Amino acid sequence: MAIVAQNSKFGTFGRPILAWAVALLFFFPIFWLVFTSFKTDADAVNPEFLFFFTPTLENYANMTENYDYWHFATNSIVTSVLATAVALVVGIPAAYAMAFNPSRHTKDILMWMLSTKMLPAAAVLYPMTFLAKGLGIYDTHFVIILVLTLVNLPIVIWMLFTYFKEIPKDIIEAAQMDGISTWGEIKEILIPLAWGGIAATALLTFIFCWNEAYWTVRLTTTEASTLSALIEGNRAPEGLFFGRLSAVSAAAVGPIVVLGWFCQKQLVRGLSFGAVK
Amino acid sequence: MGRIVLENVVKNFGETQVIPPLNLTIKDGEFAVFVGPSGCGKSTLLRLIAGLEDTTAGKVVIDDQDVTEVSPSKRGLAMVFQSYALYPHMTVRKNIAFPMRMAGMDEAEQNKRIEAAATALNLTDYLDRKPGQLSGGQRQRVAIGRAIVREPSAFLFDEPLSNLDAALRVGMRLEISEMHKRMKTTMVYVTHDQVEAMTMADKIVVLQAGVIEQVGSPLDLYHAPRNVFVAGFIGSPKMNLLEGPEAKKHKAKTIGIRPEHIEVSTKSKKGAWKGTVGVAEHLGSDTFIHIHGIEGCDPLTVRAAGDVAVKHGDTVYLTPDPKLIHKFDDEGLRIS
Repeated sequence: MAIVAQNSKFGTFGRPILAWAVALLFFFPIFWLVFTSFKTDADAVNPEFLFFFTPTLENYANMTENYDYWHFATNSIVTSVLATAVALVVGIPAAYAMAFNPSRHTKDILMWMLSTKMLPAAAVLYPMTFLAKGLGIYDTHFVIILVLTLVNLPIVIWMLFTYFKEIPKDIIEAAQMDGISTWGEIKEILIPLAWGGIAATALLTFIFCWNEAYWTVRLTTTEASTLSALIEGNRAPEGLFFGRLSAVSAAAVGPIVVLGWFCQKQLVRGLSFGAVK
Repeated sequence: MGRIVLENVVKNFGETQVIPPLNLTIKDGEFAVFVGPSGCGKSTLLRLIAGLEDTTAGKVVIDDQDVTEVSPSKRGLAMVFQSYALYPHMTVRKNIAFPMRMAGMDEAEQNKRIEAAATALNLTDYLDRKPGQLSGGQRQRVAIGRAIVREPSAFLFDEPLSNLDAALRVGMRLEISEMHKRMKTTMVYVTHDQVEAMTMADKIVVLQAGVIEQVGSPLDLYHAPRNVFVAGFIGSPKMNLLEGPEAKKHKAKTIGIRPEHIEVSTKSKKGAWKGTVGVAEHLGSDTFIHIHGIEGCDPLTVRAAGDVAVKHGDTVYLTPDPKLIHKFDDEGLRIS
């Protein structure tokens, strides 16, 4: 008798249940954050009102009354967008060179770039702070964009490198025979062919920039502070302002969650790329 | 014009030398085919001519100009790749127009050439499609169209038919041959298929391990292979190479006899080689008989008429044509 694969019970029921369980586990903190943001600070820490309470928009109203949410949000948008753009402008030519004109040391350079991610940020906190202050760029958009770009550049180059590697070398060589310039290769061939990959990289970089807290908190005071600095500012060790903190956090992660939701496909492709070839 | 000269060209990849010093001249208007087994350096040689690889030493001269240091696009050559290498995000029209656009040609002239190439290659109906919507044969035609519009001094083909199915391959082979007869432009063609080499070439260059084993017309190579390697490589089915007592009779280390130069009979004959039929392949026009039991060559292949009725296990008697036996010495070189 011929051997035919049978559908297992796990495949039919177990797998979807497991998938839902994992998804809910990951979604729960976001849900709880938003849930808590509708409680007053007093209710938020009172076990009596854990699930049943009178919802209020007070926390959100306070957010624009007590301090300028839009100032921080604008800073977040400006620094994240520009840092992502600069990282791509630097990263695309770098990844192109390494993917299509590799030298004997390309692998080493890639490893070295990745190794910079292994350096604990705290180790360079003082030099960075003194440098920023000494150069007069402390608490400016410029320093935040610069740092966000540099912090994310290794990941950007690695991701783009993997995408570019997928483009057949023949196509680039055909273009070279056809008389294309180096800039032309990037503009006419590379970017259109790796568009999906570049979009995924941009999206992830944007998310990383948006969520970055270590440097944005420490290299700013007011002028260039981003939403992560706002959350930090609402943190109290006593935990008295949970409602307010949740509202600020929800308003900070909200845009990125929505963006992620709409770009799910690109994100999944970006994260799993190169896993199966 | 399209005269290509390689002078003492050497190519190393790291420590490995893939092309030892090599000299070759391809005349203007010639159809030259580089043929050899996988990894013999034929594609590397083509890429050296194209400028896609740098030479380690030596000179590449095109039309009396040293182009060794010249970039690929400035050599006036066009290349057709095995993978077609079309730009997948552009329509057929844009693909064909690409090299002209890069050269800054005016649009009216571009359109004129696109129309002419599309008509010649039967692509008129597909100009607005993308490569993904075309069959393999059509894609290869687009690649050829993209090469034609440049009006190059020579065409370089890197195994252009390898990705096509057998029937299409024969058709495209004819189209390329006809294109050459019509345009009279130099063509350099790389293939591992000796049938393509024999049918298309004016001049065949047989390569092994980066070394040219023989250069000559298809029939030169067929009738007078310079060594055992060329003898075994050119011709289909392959030449039978015998060593041992039969070879000694001819005062040679190895003798070669082509399958079509052996007479086969089921009746005993004086001096004939006796063997047993292993497989008889009936093609209709011919019968290829693979015979066991011949000393020094097992199996030995004979090409007989289509109506020869032999089957597995039959005893047969073989008489090679004595005038058409090739003799080779201890080093595998031809004894004339």
